[in-house]
Amino acid sequence: MTVDELRLEAELHEVRDRIRLFELDRREFLRLCGGGLLVCAAGAGALVAQESGRNFGGHQLPQEVSAWIHIDADGKVTVYTGKVEIGQNIRTSLAQSVAEELRTPFASITMVMGDTDLVPWDMGTFGSRSTPTMGPQLRTMAMTAREMLIETAAERWKVDPASLKAENGRVTNPATRASMGYGEITKGEKLTRAVAGDPPLTPASEWKIAGTAVPKVDGREFVTGKHAYPSDIVRPGMVFGKVLRPAGYNATLVSVDASAAEKIPGVQVVRDGDFVGVVADDVWTAEQALLKIDAKWQVPPQISNAELFAALKKGAGDDGASEIEAALAGADVKLARTYTVAYIAHAPLEPRAAVAEWADGKLTVWTGTQRPFGVKDDLAKAFRLGASQVRVIMPDMGSGYGGKHTGECAVEAARLAKAAGKPVKLVWTREEEFTWAYFRPAGVMEIRSGVQRDGTLVAWEHHNYNSGPSGVGTPYMVANPVTRYHEWRDAPLAQGSYRGLAATANHFARETHMDELAHEVAMDPLEFRLKNLDDARLQAVFTAAAERFGWGKMKSTAERGFGIAGGTEKGGYTAACVEVEIDAEKKVHIRRVVQAWESGAVVNPDGLRNQILGAMVQAIGGALFESIQFANGKVTNPRFAAYRVPRFADTPEIEVVLIDRKDLASAGAGETGIVAVAPAVGNAIFAATGSRLRQMPMGVGTVVSG
Amino acid sequence: MADLKLRVNGVEMQVQAAEDEPLLWVLRNKLGLTGTKYGCGEGQCGACTVLLDGRATRSCLTPAAAAAGAKITTVEGLEQHGMLTPVQQAFLEEGAFQCGYCTSGMVLAATALLAEQAHPSDAQIVEAMNGNVCRCGTYPRILAAIRRATHTPVKKGADYDRG
Ligand code: FES
Ligand code: FES
Repeated sequence: MTVDELRLEAELHEVRDRIRLFELDRREFLRLCGGGLLVCAAGAGALVAQESGRNFGGHQLPQEVSAWIHIDADGKVTVYTGKVEIGQNIRTSLAQSVAEELRTPFASITMVMGDTDLVPWDMGTFGSRSTPTMGPQLRTMAMTAREMLIETAAERWKVDPASLKAENGRVTNPATRASMGYGEITKGEKLTRAVAGDPPLTPASEWKIAGTAVPKVDGREFVTGKHAYPSDIVRPGMVFGKVLRPAGYNATLVSVDASAAEKIPGVQVVRDGDFVGVVADDVWTAEQALLKIDAKWQVPPQISNAELFAALKKGAGDDGASEIEAALAGADVKLARTYTVAYIAHAPLEPRAAVAEWADGKLTVWTGTQRPFGVKDDLAKAFRLGASQVRVIMPDMGSGYGGKHTGECAVEAARLAKAAGKPVKLVWTREEEFTWAYFRPAGVMEIRSGVQRDGTLVAWEHHNYNSGPSGVGTPYMVANPVTRYHEWRDAPLAQGSYRGLAATANHFARETHMDELAHEVAMDPLEFRLKNLDDARLQAVFTAAAERFGWGKMKSTAERGFGIAGGTEKGGYTAACVEVEIDAEKKVHIRRVVQAWESGAVVNPDGLRNQILGAMVQAIGGALFESIQFANGKVTNPRFAAYRVPRFADTPEIEVVLIDRKDLASAGAGETGIVAVAPAVGNAIFAATGSRLRQMPMGVGTVVSG
Repeated sequence: MADLKLRVNGVEMQVQAAEDEPLLWVLRNKLGLTGTKYGCGEGQCGACTVLLDGRATRSCLTPAAAAAGAKITTVEGLEQHGMLTPVQQAFLEEGAFQCGYCTSGMVLAATALLAEQAHPSDAQIVEAMNGNVCRCGTYPRILAAIRRATHTPVKKGADYDRG
């Protein structure tokens, strides 16, 4: 991901103009840490610095700091980072990286994450950036800490630091057998050091803690129900809030009568412009009070999803001209096809939730978000507070998938808490989450291409309207490809990040189109891809998936089809082989998926498998049935009963093939695992039925002809 | 508001609740048992699953008053003297969660299933669990965990050979 792409993703969820200078007060921080050893990074690489530790807008800070590591007198290691845990297992894998470089037991590490009073500024947890950027930063700091511990011990023992070894949380002198725990070394002294430059890190081939399947930190808390998610936070004297929602998007409030609600004992109605909310001692009473508010809204006419794709292409501006005429002219076979993806919802199982508390002029909000500092900025702006007057704490949450970048629930809770004079908990209902969050953008993708009879790709043009630029480029060899994203700023629904961003849409279009071309020149779809690929990493995942699947061993029939697709984005390489069954009623069932994955050196194989597996299951929803329906400014299917998400019965036999490239830097893996399944499913359906599906979702319990 | 006596995790509890107030809100907001989760409020996701006299029940659709007199078990009531139940242990060993928000509902639904049927087939597991949503998509591991809890050997192949 380039700086420009990061900026674009940031803009997608409207963080522009919202990021302020991170006010780093190191004295305050050192006071909090007490004695011990403190290491922070300085002068990190340009890209890294733009994401974490200093202002995105390019302000220079006296000290650019992206994270801290502190070792106390008992040898307990605390790592402070602005990244957050949302189910992607980063709490565990980052701790593994620190333990590895620090040569200390995994159990001695505590990660403090996403608390804006304690951790350095961070842009947010998205874009698969935590592993490739925060990982090396923390490893660098841990390595510096290790060097410092060795140097300090060497001074005490009056020996050459090079003669000492650090292992298992201790520095030892092999010659004298003297040994000191890290805590003993730091004891009573305040040691600080800033890291500069790029010290050599331990190569993945020598990893002992990183690279292993360390179980998820605090796993027991999750199976016993003890882990407190944002919606579980309880504060003394806390009451419950509800917010009145407009009758549709872009509605204006005409009138409101809250007198019946106000008569309910213990209910307080809060009104501030178009914002109307209630507060009560328990959530049930608050819900009843909300129902009693009589509000009239004016909803302007808006397009419905029946008109979506036409509006979207018009809105995103298309002149329809092909830019590859010359290349196309020389092609044996020419193809022009259009693909679409619907708006879909993230629907994290824990909806947006916040507990807001005002005390001594300071606002503290516990909330589920992928951008704690972004939410902090939202709060500061909404209530005209200085940066030191707002604290956002992000307890490990019930996931996000790119859907929890914004802070509206936190702002609403804070507004209610201000009026109530007490801490307020606000948890969005499922319907609110489906309606008032933002969506994965819908999109239209147009591809024009040309290919020779021998399967050589000679022309390629791929336009994406509205859904985004991620993954729009083709990894296949072709001269002068044209790939372009056409933005639409006035899209009908609020749209933002979603796991993999537009890579899902663009891969669906490209990998379906490649299948169509293979069919046109009567080549095996895998062979056709490999013929046009020179990217060895992508070739490797295609080959690995195909081998494990047994690609080519079975021929598709009318009842059983096999499909393949793959791609690369954000440093992850993936390919999937899918088997579908077409039953007697012509309904499609996904029976088996084998997906290969490679993202450099594996930090935690178990966590990685889990991520890829989850992305594959989630992909089935977008491929087959997820679609937001809307009309007149309202979502018409804002419930799990009407918006189908993948369930046990939808889950095929799944196999993940991991390729561990210890010679390559680790990339993030939370997102790109989602891109290959949908096109592979569509290609498998075509292989069985001859029916080509060019839209996502392809249809609930897709019935096909043929 | 009426006074209710609820028997939760073996303990008799007194609580005030409105007539239709769902058991979910009473457990979470009045009895401090936040292990039971809200996911949809309409019986579609299973995050709020508790056991009423051993049967998996959607606490979001069950008025608290209707649960008076029943033995209510929430996820907090499973662990005994620091010992996890076989289902909890199996979830832990299989790493059968990501964000974990669905886990308490999954664990309780599986517990109820195995109490009724010690060795369910895969089809029976899928049928019994299909009302429980894991948006993180960890279904294959949850299936493996349930099989593990019944001590039936895990089918080879899938995701489970840890690398
Ligand atoms: S919250 Fe009860 S089933 Fe979803
Ligand atoms: S683990 Fe996140 S919903 Fe199941």
